[in-house]
Amino acid sequence: MVNICFYFQVHQPFRLAPFQVFDIGSQKSYFDIEKNKAIMKKVASKCYLPANATFLELLNRYPEMKISFSFSGVFLEQCELYAPEVLASFQRLVKTGQVEILAETYYHSLAFLYDEKEFETQVKLHREKVQDLFNVTPTIFRNTELIYNNALARKIEELGYKAILLEGWDNVLKWRSPNFVYKPVNANIPLLLKNYRLSDDIAFRFSNKEWKEHPLSVEKFSGWVNDINGNGDTVNLFMDYETFGEHQWADTGIFEFLRHLPEELLKHPDNRFSWPSEVAAKCSQRGELDIHHPLSWADMERDVSAWLGNSMQQAAIAKLYSMGDLIKQQENSELLEIWRKMQTSDHFYYMCTKWFSDGDVHKYFNPYQSPYDGFIYFMNIFKDLQHKVQFQTVSNKGVILCQENK
Amino acid sequence: MKVLMFGWEFPPFNKGGLGTACYGLTRGLKNKNVEVTFVVPRAPKGITGKYVNLLSANDLSKFTFKEIISPLTPYMTQEEYHHMILSHSPSSKDNNLYGKDLFSEVERYAQKASLIATNTEYDVIHAHDWLTYKAGIAAKRVSGKPLVVHMHATEFDRTGGNGINQYVYDIEREGMHAADKVIAVSNFTKNKVIEHYGVPPEKIEVVHNAVDFPENTFSNEELGLKEKEKVVLFLGRITLQKGPEYFLYAAKMVADYMDNVTFVVAGSGDMQPFLINKAAELGIADRMLFTGFLRGRDIDRAYQMADLYVMPSVSEPFGITPLEAMRNNTPVLISNQSGVSEVINHCLKVDFWDIHDIASKMVSVLEHKELQETLLEFGGREIKKFSWDIPAEKCLNVYNNVVSTQKQQFQRIAI
Repeated sequence: MVNICFYFQVHQPFRLAPFQVFDIGSQKSYFDIEKNKAIMKKVASKCYLPANATFLELLNRYPEMKISFSFSGVFLEQCELYAPEVLASFQRLVKTGQVEILAETYYHSLAFLYDEKEFETQVKLHREKVQDLFNVTPTIFRNTELIYNNALARKIEELGYKAILLEGWDNVLKWRSPNFVYKPVNANIPLLLKNYRLSDDIAFRFSNKEWKEHPLSVEKFSGWVNDINGNGDTVNLFMDYETFGEHQWADTGIFEFLRHLPEELLKHPDNRFSWPSEVAAKCSQRGELDIHHPLSWADMERDVSAWLGNSMQQAAIAKLYSMGDLIKQQENSELLEIWRKMQTSDHFYYMCTKWFSDGDVHKYFNPYQSPYDGFIYFMNIFKDLQHKVQFQTVSNKGVILCQENK
Repeated sequence: MKVLMFGWEFPPFNKGGLGTACYGLTRGLKNKNVEVTFVVPRAPKGITGKYVNLLSANDLSKFTFKEIISPLTPYMTQEEYHHMILSHSPSSKDNNLYGKDLFSEVERYAQKASLIATNTEYDVIHAHDWLTYKAGIAAKRVSGKPLVVHMHATEFDRTGGNGINQYVYDIEREGMHAADKVIAVSNFTKNKVIEHYGVPPEKIEVVHNAVDFPENTFSNEELGLKEKEKVVLFLGRITLQKGPEYFLYAAKMVADYMDNVTFVVAGSGDMQPFLINKAAELGIADRMLFTGFLRGRDIDRAYQMADLYVMPSVSEPFGITPLEAMRNNTPVLISNQSGVSEVINHCLKVDFWDIHDIASKMVSVLEHKELQETLLEFGGREIKKFSWDIPAEKCLNVYNNVVSTQKQQFQRIAI
């Protein structure tokens, strides 16, 4: 029996505005409102709306079909601001009762690596947002970019969650398969590992004409899933939801693939769809994983170097977190919220210099011309925020902030 | 493969990037066993801008150097030529050797070139920039060998699009149309050539320039200024094309924002008096140093002294100086309106007119050591990939292409 476990990550950051040194002290907005709005609308029409329509149709046609989503809080917030129709279509999906929602940090941040208390607060804020919008309470945790280590396992177990999702990377699994549930060396919480080969066949390779399996048919893909019967308990297909229509454009045939996939998968009598919570509950733990260094699902390195690899990234994030205590003392919810939105991992990803010369995926998703621009704008905004905090500390008066109008 | 090459200038007596590029390219070609006969104008005694062969014999084992007595120097305008001829002692018997204006001198250079072309053995002719195109055409006419012209800069780059000299434009156009292939130093230049000169895109090959390793190291004393102050450097001809006034206005903004920054302007050119006056007018005369024209070791010293090198060019066909700065371990800020911005990523890029952005980025580099470190770390890796062997290889492919195309044409005629 193979549990087919789909999880889709849905996230959009509040991108920062090109902010010059000479804008410091002005009332210019920190966030690029027009760009954020435009990207939300573009991705809504290319991905969220057509993909949601496809899934709604599939869930209605196959009552045994189950999928799971993780929405960042900043994504949900932008839905409310710029694309309420997208939020409504996700709510319709959840209402089918066939969708599980996972827990994460509200701000899609790297807080766990820098400030545990702040991390807990963001997990709580996320839970409240999901309860508020979907009327469900997540029990399974996935950290930003599937970043994971032993310490996270202990913390998440302590917080009462029932499982954690992570990357099924060969370097940590060695000879073992990602198609079983594991246990951390220092805790008991079940670990669900992404089958990155099969996941990436859809997410990255689907339209790659150089790939020897191109074009990927549902029959071929289902055959690979069927082969797991007898060799595994689960196949965890974890990917960005933007795979459908945004990373793989509609003209690649990705929606057709999706439309016919459940039918083909269900032809095998031992395949069944399961949520992460069901996989965690039903499958027994087949081994222990000891992971010290943070593992992620990004790049060939599967580490945190995409966000923290160079000295700009390290300096920017360290300075941001070092401001935490001061900003919390202000008791100014607006300043606090800005500080938190600056924690979103994407801001650090935009400063990534790995592979920049080759102009690959990092470049495609960068709203700025270069990682250096990403750093410069971030630091200028940080400096401006520092000024605002100091000003308030001295005068004890309210500060007018130009943020998006809610 | 044997090449007859016409140039303007050659190090160490070059006034700009053209000489550097020709030098690098000919050495790269030598590594590929290409024999180059390099022809340059040479000024006799008494006229500035002498061209002398100072290369070591070893370096020139497959390299012949020929000179045509001529006062031509690159980057020269009609007015400058006239001025130079007048200022040269009228009693000199040399005087009647030269044309009365720049343009008749170009014609005379072409005539002399055809003499060399008949007495030299080669498979292909390669001419660098407009001043040599007539020579290249003349050589092609007398020898029937294929002609490659190399666009290092167009008249549109030099003038910023205002006051195009029709005579220069016509020679550029004639040269490119007479050529079997056109080499452009960037896509930026290729697009200009297609747009302004009506050259079919398939006739143009882009060959980006490269850079040499710096040979000079300096003691802390020699780089003394760096100890006390942050240094932001402009290095190039002080002329419209290079955007020196954008450097100046950005410098003013930075100077108002922070102390301990010195702006160094290295080079000479027609806009130097304007720049000096303007700096005084803006009240930053004490923050700006003008070094005059620098050569050789002093250039590397200027780069190494700087915390940031800025090239705010209005229209830069390629731009070797940012590569030189990176070779000297100095971060660079360049305009998007340059060919070099096509080939380097680990640098800061701006639009030349956006002085706010230029100034903001200057401040950021000076204030955040992490930004400087990352630019140097990744820029250092990136710059290692540049070698003159690469453009030389591409030129050799162009030579082989034009030679075999011509052979095929002859065969077809024979049949």
